Amino acid sequence: MKYLNEFRDGETARKLFREIDRVTTKPWALMEVCGGQTHSIIRNGIDQLLPQGIELIHGPGCPVCVTPLEMIDKALAIAAKPGVIFCSFGDMLRVPGSEKDLFRVKSEGGDVRIVYSPLDALKIARENPARQVVFFGIGFETTAPANAMAVSLAAKEKLENFSVLISHVLVPPAMEAILTSPINRVQAFLAAGHVCSVMGYWQYPELAERFSVPVVITGFEPLDVLDGIRRAVLQLESGKHEVENGYGRVVNFEGNKPAQEMLSRVFEVTDRVWRGIGMIPRSGWRLSEEYRHYDAEYRFDVQGIETKESPLCRSGEVLQGAIKPTECGAFGTVCTPRSPLGATMVSSEGACAAYYNYGRFVQIDQMAMA
Amino acid sequence: MGRVNFGGITKEVCLAYLPDIQVGDYTIVHVGFAISKIDEESAQKTLQMFHELGILEEELGSAS
Repeated sequence: MKYLNEFRDGETARKLFREIDRVTTKPWALMEVCGGQTHSIIRNGIDQLLPQGIELIHGPGCPVCVTPLEMIDKALAIAAKPGVIFCSFGDMLRVPGSEKDLFRVKSEGGDVRIVYSPLDALKIARENPARQVVFFGIGFETTAPANAMAVSLAAKEKLENFSVLISHVLVPPAMEAILTSPINRVQAFLAAGHVCSVMGYWQYPELAERFSVPVVITGFEPLDVLDGIRRAVLQLESGKHEVENGYGRVVNFEGNKPAQEMLSRVFEVTDRVWRGIGMIPRSGWRLSEEYRHYDAEYRFDVQGIETKESPLCRSGEVLQGAIKPTECGAFGTVCTPRSPLGATMVSSEGACAAYYNYGRFVQIDQMAMA
Repeated sequence: MGRVNFGGITKEVCLAYLPDIQVGDYTIVHVGFAISKIDEESAQKTLQMFHELGILEEELGSAS
């Protein structure tokens, strides 16, 4: 496809690797924020071809992974209710809750359906007026405009049998939480390109300035990721900390204004617990007062749920970049994509799933020593 | 709603967030919504920059 194949060219990738090699004189630790970038890096072996000392720390930008356990348990409770049609993106179905997952609820007779878009859930609600249709609205700023539109349309159509279980998370507060953490090693960010396509990058100059950290808006194709790394290393080597747009064909400074207007009408900022990380102040969106009527948490009685995490799973440390997936004892043994202990092994954007699916069972330095 | 061709597969996509998009434009689609129009001029500029990268290096290298 046009504007995809050009950004996967091997010869140009070699050139970019040579250029990164040429400008690197010291070790640096970069974080790619988005799970989509993590997959691109592992799939294309980018981390293994970089100069020694350039480390890529995988960020928390996997929406499925950070959706709080309590929210998964609420989804399971709602999906099991008689008469409910529970709609979700496919990769949420295998995410482990305290006791089970949505697939189990489905096998026990729950009407759980996979949809491609929240608009599909809206259509199901129109076609089934006697049933309560609930959509599991998770995701970052990229997905939020779609969910906001579904809620806005439901309100306009007075679709009383539709509601959403909302667990949206926001990227900039998470980047700030990473930088203020006592275990932080991140020296530069490859910011999430598609989040910025919606939100622009006007939120980042203050962050870059306050923490003296370069921020490069980065895309997802191998050449995009390599160019993001090249720009970040160039800044680090010259002592700069600026916000740079390396994904100009998709992202501009302001972002998508009509989407931002819809978001500010339908949602309001709230504190949010991130699975494996903990509470981050003002790091999420929930439905605003005007649309609370469509909030499944209010429509169904799902309060007072007690959550229980697997004691073996170290996905929290993986999400914070403290360990690589291979450093977890459960990785690839008791925890696999077919039978995951934590969400990082489930999602197509999770770091553990990326390592597993692309055969990274040992770390590169161990391989080199062997 | 509009029709978007994904390299051979055509899907119905919501265009409400890109009111100015025209037939023939390229767009990023996420969960059924077009969220960003591809800036073709910027794409060409980036590819040109990649093309020029390291050219100076290679010339200096071959001269020595």
